[in-house]
Amino acid sequence: MAYFILKRLIQSVFVMLAVAFLAFSLFRFVGDPVSQMTGVETSEQDRERLRDELGLNDAFIVQFARFTGDMLKGDFGYSYRTRQPVAEMIATRIPATLELGTVALLISLIVGIPAGVYTALRPRGFVSQTILMTTLVGVSIPTFVIGIMLIFLFGVQLGWLPTFGRGGTVQIGGWTSSLFTSDGWRALILPALTLGVYQLTLTMRLVRAEMMEVMRSDYIRFATARGIPFRSLYFRHALANTMVPVITIIGLQFGGVIAFSIVTESVFQWPGMGLLFLESIRFVDIPVMGVYLVVIAFFFVLVNMAVDLLYVAIDPRLRVREDA
Amino acid sequence: MFARLVRSEPAYLFFRSPAAMLAAVVAILVIGGAICAPWLARTDPYDLSTFSLMDGLLPPVWQGGDPRFLLGTDDQGRDMVSAILYGARLSLMIGLMAMVIATVLGVGLGLAAGYFGGVFDAIVMRVADVQLALPAILTALLIDGVSRGLLPPEMQQDLRVAVLTLAIALSLWVNFARTARASVFVERNKDYVQAAMIMGQHPLRVMVRHILPNIMGPLLVIMTVDLASAILLEATLSFLGIGLPADSPSLGTLIRIGMQFLLSGEWWILWVPTLFLVALVVSINVLGDFLRDVFNPRLR
Amino acid sequence: MLTVENLTVEFPGRFGVFTAIEDVSLTIAPGEIHGLVGESGAGKSTIGAAIIGLLQVPGRVANGTMTLGETDLRSLGPVEAHRLRGERISMIFQDPQTSLNPLMTIEDQLIETIQAHEDISTSDARARAIALLEEIGITDATSRIKAYPHQFSGGMRQRVVIALALCTNPELIIADEPTTALDVAVQSQVLDLIQRLANTRGIGFLLITHDIGVIAQITDNVTVLRNGKVMETGPTDKVLRRPEHPYTSALMAAVPPLDRKLDRFLVPDDDTPDLAAPTGRSAADAEAWLSSGTQALGEGLLVENVTVRFSGNRTSLFRKPPAFTALDDVSMSVRPGTVMGLVGESGSGKSTMAKVITGLVQPSAGRLCLGGTDLPLARERGRKDPSRRLIQMVFQDPYSSLNSRHRIGDILAEPLWLYGLEADADKRRDIAAAMLDLVGLSADAIDRFPHQFSGGQRQRIAVARSLLARPRVLICDEPTSALDVSIQAQILNLLKDLQARFGLTILFISHNLAVVRQMCDDVTVLKGGKVVETGASEAFFTQPDAPYSRELLQLTPGFTSGAAA
Repeated sequence: MAYFILKRLIQSVFVMLAVAFLAFSLFRFVGDPVSQMTGVETSEQDRERLRDELGLNDAFIVQFARFTGDMLKGDFGYSYRTRQPVAEMIATRIPATLELGTVALLISLIVGIPAGVYTALRPRGFVSQTILMTTLVGVSIPTFVIGIMLIFLFGVQLGWLPTFGRGGTVQIGGWTSSLFTSDGWRALILPALTLGVYQLTLTMRLVRAEMMEVMRSDYIRFATARGIPFRSLYFRHALANTMVPVITIIGLQFGGVIAFSIVTESVFQWPGMGLLFLESIRFVDIPVMGVYLVVIAFFFVLVNMAVDLLYVAIDPRLRVREDA
Repeated sequence: MFARLVRSEPAYLFFRSPAAMLAAVVAILVIGGAICAPWLARTDPYDLSTFSLMDGLLPPVWQGGDPRFLLGTDDQGRDMVSAILYGARLSLMIGLMAMVIATVLGVGLGLAAGYFGGVFDAIVMRVADVQLALPAILTALLIDGVSRGLLPPEMQQDLRVAVLTLAIALSLWVNFARTARASVFVERNKDYVQAAMIMGQHPLRVMVRHILPNIMGPLLVIMTVDLASAILLEATLSFLGIGLPADSPSLGTLIRIGMQFLLSGEWWILWVPTLFLVALVVSINVLGDFLRDVFNPRLR
Repeated sequence: MLTVENLTVEFPGRFGVFTAIEDVSLTIAPGEIHGLVGESGAGKSTIGAAIIGLLQVPGRVANGTMTLGETDLRSLGPVEAHRLRGERISMIFQDPQTSLNPLMTIEDQLIETIQAHEDISTSDARARAIALLEEIGITDATSRIKAYPHQFSGGMRQRVVIALALCTNPELIIADEPTTALDVAVQSQVLDLIQRLANTRGIGFLLITHDIGVIAQITDNVTVLRNGKVMETGPTDKVLRRPEHPYTSALMAAVPPLDRKLDRFLVPDDDTPDLAAPTGRSAADAEAWLSSGTQALGEGLLVENVTVRFSGNRTSLFRKPPAFTALDDVSMSVRPGTVMGLVGESGSGKSTMAKVITGLVQPSAGRLCLGGTDLPLARERGRKDPSRRLIQMVFQDPYSSLNSRHRIGDILAEPLWLYGLEADADKRRDIAAAMLDLVGLSADAIDRFPHQFSGGQRQRIAVARSLLARPRVLICDEPTSALDVSIQAQILNLLKDLQARFGLTILFISHNLAVVRQMCDDVTVLKGGKVVETGASEAFFTQPDAPYSRELLQLTPGFTSGAAA
């Protein structure tokens, strides 16, 4: 088990290094950092001095090592556009995105898993067929269209919910949260639904496919032949075995949630990292783009490490491999 | 008898599935319309001289609009029918191209990784890992951003479509690579592949002639689903304003333009392209779902 | 106790209703082991599923009565039927690897099953579970019960499966091929256990199997099925030794006897052509083509001190993964023009040997010789090495050994093209068609796909493909173990005829001693990668040297057919 975790840890470090390298290459090769930092009136000597100061004349590998070292120390450089420290810019945006993503993921799991189980157990029923058809339409509607439709219905036509911004927020330490005011929740509902619906359809279809696979397995047939009560058969035997592959995919889906939050944030003007990233792309603000990448990859790696631990907790075959 | 049965299986299932048939009809209509856009459309939405501001904001005919403009016009006086046909043409072209590039790249790498294993496999899969940490839309956005930084401004406009296609293709190849690799792992241990290896056949021949035809089923499903993803991705990027510019509108761009009319009464400018896009993607996905059922009979 | 009368099971489908079981009647008394035997597609498992009420959709019982004691099984509602499962009827499945829930301990699975049918406290249920495991032959049950299924070996796992089927004291247990996935030694233990449970507990068993040997060893009565119909039923001894129905006699004649060597199987619907006097002109062509190679076909194969090690899965950072020795210093000599049998249980290294000889696996030590010249080992063997053609292989599973996307003609022409034996595409096709004729298939098979043929026909195609390389050595890896006995007899006849006709050298790998006895001149026994014994076949079967060989021969369920053969 320790080896399994260690192997995943090494893989994660590799992924982080590769992403850092990507960010570094962006910074180093896409546009000249010096000309970004200076104006037209800067003399050639000044540029050369700045180049030297920034270490841009050092060997490539030395520069990359320094870049990575700075990142580890929390020094993410400065934005070309606002001249602010990137770390600060991102840090103020993280809570909004994380809250949005978490609520969306919860929606997708709380609705998606039961719906998946139901449609797997009654595959031919009318309700199942309806749900399946609906989710197929669900995966086919672009996230932004879902957002527009929700805005149109609940914001414009009915006027029930706000359609942009985070509403009332509460400051807890360095964390700006909208989870503690009813206003904040009202603002969160539409974006979270928008983001959640797409993930929900994926979760549901995945749970359904895995559940159907498990229901056909020998051990379920054997358990049925022993007269194990159906409730236990479905939820204790089948669902537990379904969860092994499902949590892996949900870990991967987290990346999708973050990515699609870019779209959602854009539609709802949600002040998260995604919106910041979009702005930085529009203005070719390379340092922000690079750091955003690193931060996203870091979250992704973190979630997948947690998933691996969960995996070990669920599956005894991983836990006891060493002494087997 | 048995032969005919097997051969007609997909056809039989197809004609038994109303959803698949309806989807096929919609897909054929949309794709046909897109291909024939230059002949079907009454105006060329790219050519400013073919439409006039005078005709701006006309509603669809059934709401009392001009009979020349079946689905009304936008604020520029552009015919909506022409706009969505040309838009679909562009969306489909980018989607198809991206899908083909992703297929060739992904299947090639996946086949080789699965067949040779070892170091090559490790490298491909680690790259795929990194790619997975940066989801499709992010990759596409990133490539787009990089191209803005690297390309001189005057080339950016001309290369828009190429950059967009490439960005989408590069964000989708992992799917193909992983599926192809997993399938190859299964196939490689089957006796027919072992037989070919024992005979001393060239690895390329084993991969292309023996293994590839046997893993086409799952790949075909992914091709369909990823065509839908590619079209969605293109629409999303254009919607975010970093895809195609307003003067050569794809469906996504049209929707972005229509967003400005969300609050005013001109609903058709937003909803006509939106419905068209959704209909196209839904029908492709329904077909993909149908193919998945055909190739995975156990799930039926 | 169990009475089934006129049972008919139907599967409605696209092309009308398929009748899987027709008018089947059988009875099982308490303590009786009733065998249900038949070839694939006979509907054996369907009967078991119908009795326990778990027919696969859309199957349905169309007619007949099934009563267990006083209970009419057909009249039960879904809830009552489910309560009856486990409590009065239980079931054992074929593969112990997949029949246990991998995420639950044995304890949880046992206690849950007991409590599902009885109002009993958890500690009482645990006590009973432990007692049961001990009865069934699991030592140290008190601590082993906490283990997960994957921590048990295959044989032990099947015992756990039996314990699970048994823990509710059912009256009837349906055992669907309970020993097919097991080695002979374990099989014999499991069969003994079933016998004991029937005797001591008075449980009735419906034992579904394709293996006549198993039937002969432990069943009291037997029912022979074919295409969903009962051919014959009665006391096992009588049915097997004095069969009344022609199908049963034919079946018995096709079973390879362990105690003597037959020249040829008497297969009634045998379409294997008589090779001594080729009837079809094209078969003669194929024969002429085969013989027209410059050298004689047979060539000796020498294996010297071959050792194969596989590195194990790494599970710890600090410990080196333990290497697994698949073959340990193995030497044997296949004489030119003879058949060498390579026998052993699963994991003994038989198939690894085939892979070493065919160049798929690189041995860490050893030497191979083909007809007096060195045979390059896997890594040194180039793609154009002549041995690629001289050594050909016939695989176990005819369903996966032919590429399902290629036509038979393309599959057969491939060796001709690859080895440059025939440059002209039309001529390649003619030779392929002639070869099909030689192995007993009609030439029009050439334009069809593999899935259009049965398992036995596919195996003929696979043999034809190997012959089209004009090989000198043929490696047959369990060529008949995926086939029904009657088909097995045909394929064995074909291989015997080809071998006799063309003097092929054959390495015949099998776990089935009876088959090996029919086929081989010499025998090598492998155990755990080591040679236990090697020598002439008749000597091995009459006076085995090694204790392991003796044990193996003893444990193999023997069936000696009577006058039929």
